[in-house]
Amino acid sequence: MRSLYGLYVDPESAQKAVDALRAASSELKFDGRQIIIASGEPHEGYEFTDSHITVSGPYRYAVLGGIVGGTLGYLLTTLTQHSYPILTGGMPLAPVWTNGIIVYEMTMLGAILTTLATLLIGAGLPNFKGVITDPEIWQGKILVGVVDPPDGCEPELERRLQQAGATQIKRS
Amino acid sequence: MPLTAEKIEQDLLYPIFHTSVKYWIAVGIASCLVLAGVAAFGYQLYTGIGVWGINSPVFWAFDITNFVFWIGISHAGTLISAILRLCNATWRRPVTRCAEAITVFAILIGGIIPLCHIGRPWLAFWMIPYPNQRFIWPNFRSPLAWDFFAISTYLTGSTIFLYLPTIPDFASVRDAATGIRKKIYRVLALGWQGTPRQWQRLEIAMHIMAIAIVPVAVSVHTIVSWDFAMTLVPMWHSSIFGPYFVVGAIFSGIAALMLAMALLRKFLHLEEYLKPTHFDNLGKLLLTMSLLWFYFTFAERMTTWYGNAPSEMTVFWTTIRQQFAPFFWIMVFCNFLIPVPILAVKRFRTITGTAIASCAIVVGMWLERFLIIIPALDHKYLPYSWGHYRPTWVEDTLMAAGFGAMALLYLLFTKFVPMISIWEMKVGLQPHGGIPVSTPEGEHYGLVLEGPLPLDEMR
Repeated sequence: MRSLYGLYVDPESAQKAVDALRAASSELKFDGRQIIIASGEPHEGYEFTDSHITVSGPYRYAVLGGIVGGTLGYLLTTLTQHSYPILTGGMPLAPVWTNGIIVYEMTMLGAILTTLATLLIGAGLPNFKGVITDPEIWQGKILVGVVDPPDGCEPELERRLQQAGATQIKRS
Repeated sequence: MPLTAEKIEQDLLYPIFHTSVKYWIAVGIASCLVLAGVAAFGYQLYTGIGVWGINSPVFWAFDITNFVFWIGISHAGTLISAILRLCNATWRRPVTRCAEAITVFAILIGGIIPLCHIGRPWLAFWMIPYPNQRFIWPNFRSPLAWDFFAISTYLTGSTIFLYLPTIPDFASVRDAATGIRKKIYRVLALGWQGTPRQWQRLEIAMHIMAIAIVPVAVSVHTIVSWDFAMTLVPMWHSSIFGPYFVVGAIFSGIAALMLAMALLRKFLHLEEYLKPTHFDNLGKLLLTMSLLWFYFTFAERMTTWYGNAPSEMTVFWTTIRQQFAPFFWIMVFCNFLIPVPILAVKRFRTITGTAIASCAIVVGMWLERFLIIIPALDHKYLPYSWGHYRPTWVEDTLMAAGFGAMALLYLLFTKFVPMISIWEMKVGLQPHGGIPVSTPEGEHYGLVLEGPLPLDEMR
């Protein structure tokens, strides 16, 4: 996977670069999804980040995971107690109070594991192939560029990235 | 020199790429303690659990004391970190990872102890519910089965809670490292790039985890307390045990965290990150917990004394006036009389002051666990069954090994993971510390209002 990117010292110039690339996408015949942005820290409050997009999916999935976990906990305890009955001296075979503790823990475990799964799927992890990164992003810079830029338009892309205030232009 | 992204990166990655002689000496000492524990455990396996001092009527002793102690210590990290995250307290940033690591290691150590105690650890899998020809299933009415579920959930949740915000820092180390180290961190970073989508998903996941982990943490120590409260043993069968244990756990946990922070600050030279403000803030929290602990201890003792039941009064006087009185009064001294004056007076609430108070609390809380368990088992309802417990060298060694294991795991952790979340520290450098500022037009991140907020001084 080839890429051409610029490094920006602040989010304002990174935003300019993203806007410039979006504006150039139809002219230079590349898809907006080919634009790559990477930083060493989240920059909230800028359009180029996803912070303005409301995401409720992970919360819903966590609740769903909790329900699934709780149901499994209920089935585990109740089915076990009915399949392998023990003498309880007149007490209920499947007591709600004590089984409730297992159901509670399994509910929380379900929510936790679902959250992990939602993060990994949503963030596209793990991904060991085609990682585009630059050590400079960990020094506070923001990487903005294009993955697999169309042949022949690299000088134009480079010019536009430079114009937006890139401190460095790199290829990988 | 003011903090910049570059400096943060440089300072916090330094311990990973450079190792001092002091570090190896500390690792050596901790390893010796762990090896001694392994040898003692090997001797116990070879000879039988009779090498412990436990006998009728005291079947639970040092091992369960240590189990409760370590599970209590584990309450430092995840709970504190989750609460501070949910409150969006900016000063949490340098503290959270130190705390979360304590949680994971303390649960691991605490979780191993019941395995030692069952005598035949190779049959520990019998606790896991699975269909088998022996028809052996865990009894879900038993608090020990609840422990298994609660501690497994807490360990899983805490490990994920520690790992998730570490992924970007692993990526940072990956890009700075070379050779085999680069390959290892490449796997640990899972291919993290730092795209806006990844950041957004990480922050949402951390938010959900913080919400989920708080009730789990509370439930874990409540369930540990039910190991005792569900039995008919004098001074155990009490409804106050759940909250009493949770308060004690948070109390000892914060003390352990502050001790770890003071040591990290000194030996990893994190003076610019772990500031007196952090010790001052946590010191106030520790003071509150000390007062709460005293209140619960008083409430528990007061109810017993007023009830005046002979069996309970036997245990009561054993701890206050007789055989166990020295331990009881040392406990009160360590948990209340030493920390309260230090933590209540601002002049004494320094790094050294809070470290001294924390040391005392860790000792006091271990004694508290000991005093809950041993005197009650020594003096059950029927006087003919009374006995006496004295730990053997095997139990002493295993206890020391627990502390050694904690030190060793923590030391190794500092070598592989940045002890302070690098990316979160960088967020602190952003205008308004990455916290949105509300205006009539909506929320802004320093794009409308300029200048630092007072909170910036604490980041």
